Amino acid sequence: MSGKPRKRKQRTPDGPPPPPVVQRLWIRYTKVGRLRFMSHRDYTRVFERAVRRARLPVAFSAGFTPHPKISWVGAAPTGVASEAEYLEIGLSAVIEPDEVRRRLDEALPADLDILEVAEARAKSLADRVDASQWQFTFGGLAADQVRPAVAALLATGTFTVERITQSGRKQVDVGAALASADVVDGPASCAIMTAIVRQSIPVVRPDDVYAALRDVAGLVPPQLPVALRLAQGSLDDSGRLLDPIAVDSTVITPSPAS
Amino acid sequence: MTSHSVFSDLEPLLTQVQKPIQYVGGELNSTVKEWESADVRWALMYPDAYEVGLPNQGLMILYEVLNERTDTLAERTYAVWPDLAELMRKEQVPQFTVDGHRPVKDFDVLGVSFATELGYTNLLEALDLAQIPIDAAERTSEHPIVLAGGHAAFNPEPIANFIDAAALGDGEQVVGDVTDVVKAWKAAGGSDRGALLRRLAQIPGVYVPSLYDVEYGPDGAIASVTPRHSDVPDRVPKRTTMNLDDWPYPKQPLVPLAESVHERMSVEIFRGCTRGCRFCQAGMITRPVRERSITGIGEMVERGLNATGFEEVGLLSLSSADHSEIADITKGLADRYEDSKTSLSLPSTRVDAFNIDLANELSRNGRRSGLTFAPEGGSERIRKVINKMVSKEDLIRTVTTAYANGWRQVKLYFMCGLPTETDEDVLEIAEMAKEVITAGRAASGRNDIRCTVSIGGFVPKAHTPFQWASQASAQTIDERLAKLKAAITSDRNLGRSIGFRYHDGKPSEVEGLLSRGDRRVGAVIRAVWEAGGKFDGWSEHFSHERWVDAAASALAPYGVDLAWYTTRERGEDEILPWDHLDSGLDKQWLWDDWLDAIDETEVDDCRWIPCYDCGVCPGMGTDIQIGPTGKTLLPLTVVNNGGDQA
Ligand code: SF4
Repeated sequence: MSGKPRKRKQRTPDGPPPPPVVQRLWIRYTKVGRLRFMSHRDYTRVFERAVRRARLPVAFSAGFTPHPKISWVGAAPTGVASEAEYLEIGLSAVIEPDEVRRRLDEALPADLDILEVAEARAKSLADRVDASQWQFTFGGLAADQVRPAVAALLATGTFTVERITQSGRKQVDVGAALASADVVDGPASCAIMTAIVRQSIPVVRPDDVYAALRDVAGLVPPQLPVALRLAQGSLDDSGRLLDPIAVDSTVITPSPAS
Repeated sequence: MTSHSVFSDLEPLLTQVQKPIQYVGGELNSTVKEWESADVRWALMYPDAYEVGLPNQGLMILYEVLNERTDTLAERTYAVWPDLAELMRKEQVPQFTVDGHRPVKDFDVLGVSFATELGYTNLLEALDLAQIPIDAAERTSEHPIVLAGGHAAFNPEPIANFIDAAALGDGEQVVGDVTDVVKAWKAAGGSDRGALLRRLAQIPGVYVPSLYDVEYGPDGAIASVTPRHSDVPDRVPKRTTMNLDDWPYPKQPLVPLAESVHERMSVEIFRGCTRGCRFCQAGMITRPVRERSITGIGEMVERGLNATGFEEVGLLSLSSADHSEIADITKGLADRYEDSKTSLSLPSTRVDAFNIDLANELSRNGRRSGLTFAPEGGSERIRKVINKMVSKEDLIRTVTTAYANGWRQVKLYFMCGLPTETDEDVLEIAEMAKEVITAGRAASGRNDIRCTVSIGGFVPKAHTPFQWASQASAQTIDERLAKLKAAITSDRNLGRSIGFRYHDGKPSEVEGLLSRGDRRVGAVIRAVWEAGGKFDGWSEHFSHERWVDAAASALAPYGVDLAWYTTRERGEDEILPWDHLDSGLDKQWLWDDWLDAIDETEVDDCRWIPCYDCGVCPGMGTDIQIGPTGKTLLPLTVVNNGGDQA
């Protein structure tokens, strides 16, 4: 090695660029049971490993640290169960969507199920998701005890609660995000609230809904309510939620009863 | 006795704590057996957080070996963070396993693997949360046998009052022997705990501290260690697993659900090390060297990748570049997995050009970010003392080659506070780092190369030639590190390319107390835990003051103190607390090696020179097992075809 400085040369990966995406798939999956305690970061790692075990030809970005082409749509927060999580994956070879569903589902632990796989129908999956349908179970309360608080919150039009995050305090407008809500008595002395919540910035989490119900009408449940995301999709003018990955305009939820 | 899951009690607490996923179990390749299906049930604990404990190879191996027995079940448990511990106490939820969420107190054996002594307070915390008496003497036949393992078990005296037994050496076979004894005892009624302990003490490798009386002399040192019964051995020999190819564990490595410290598939390519670094307890207590064959390694990698989906393979051992066929192994694996975005890593510590060839091979198509070397000692003189044979010229040449090959960052590991060390030995590190940068800039033609000096306090360990040495005080270490830092930053042009990372001397002092402590130190550990001490390996939880205060009050009745255990040099005739625990090393050989160290006399590796009689092989009936086998790894032609190796 001579001591003379040589010309700078950046190393780049040898060989041809990675194969391009030839198939884009939209996937609906669940995060329920014990594994709802997984953070989204944890889930992405678990999913990428499942893709490897399932031997799917996922496409990669170029460069020294290639990333698999997977994009995520509004993931449920840590600890919150969901039956309707979505992602898009790009493959470098064409595989039957149902075959992808079967192989991925097999490679993932129970509680993380792959429900549907469909060919992408538009440029962006995220554009087709702007609201969620939630189910909140209030143990130890009857529907009549919950209903007034929910009616009060719906009547506000705008109602802000404060959330303390790692980066400071955030104002979340629960009143504006709540599109519709309905409360019925559930089995074993609990009240079940089904609500459609718009995706806002910052996004409204179940905890914010509980805080709003407490602040607006003093609702303090005897035990922590349990949340489950039932669906995601786009909200149409008549308050219906449309399935983001099915053929256009498939309705998931009917118009809310007034 | 039956056992019920506590998950429904735990679940509401999980919404209130950080990283709840670490407590729910269900990892890929984890096992939950029917409680009633097993005769003997083990809870295996790593006494640190999930993110550190889950990737631990030792625990993973035992988990599989035990669960392969049809009469046995094994579940895992980790240290719970203070936020959950507080809620568990409030709601009376006991320490649980993450697999079946069963209370730890329902198991027959609680096996705890100690990689470091700083996990001792977490043992006490877990026992207390588990509702198991902290004092072994207070346990009844209703309670699990608390069995310590791991490297720290080679001197378990500081925790002698809290454990029922310790297992010395490799665990693969001894866990089966313990299972057999517990099974027979339970079949016979399982009521006399004392009889079970006596029976366990007869298993080679199992040490039952309560069956030995320790007496102290007027000078504070141990006067005698005496077995209390004639059927209890005077000295307990360690266990050694031979023929690693017969033990291809873990076959189904656990895949963590939460982020952990090692996100990769690890394969232990050999066990033991005879390089003879005098500070290295791991190298001394794991002799002799036993290699896994190149084909055995290839099979484990292939099976493990299929079972886990990991993106990275780590080839583990104490000095991986020393495997007799390492070049063929790395080339073979790099060829095999070239197209599958699987990267390979080799913890490299040897300072020579060969190591760079290996690193180049492993990063064939990847980024060349950082390489790590461990010269350990700053001056050539001190490297002779510690028997780390590398000259400064070699080191500079090696590092320069690395920069010339496109590596941008080199990390150098050192220790401070080594026996006979002076300020000058440590200050040479600054000179070395500057020369590395000057030579590196010239060789690479770049100004943005970096060298990071990482340095920590040396802790003398049991079963090494330095077991007699005086440990440098925390103050000495902190002063030397301050001088070193000043010397590095004195040259602004070179200094800006040199990073400096150090650990202050305080945790090392506590580690020193615990690693060479005797039974009296147990009172210190207990006092620290009672004062709220736990997670001592985490700087945000560690409190030096708490340890110093506890040592002062708990040791005073015995007429000894912290300095007596740490900075005091021991004499040849002193009975050391671990002398009755047999690592195979001949005490006379260790003493001679200690004298050689002070004389700056080096000793070579017995893999390439004739045996120098350290005592291990004849004492333990073992032999060096190394290649080359002459075999190579063939490409995998068909995916999933594991049977195509030469
Ligand atoms: S007994 Fe001899 S061959 Fe065996 S480890 Fe010791 S020095 Fe090496």
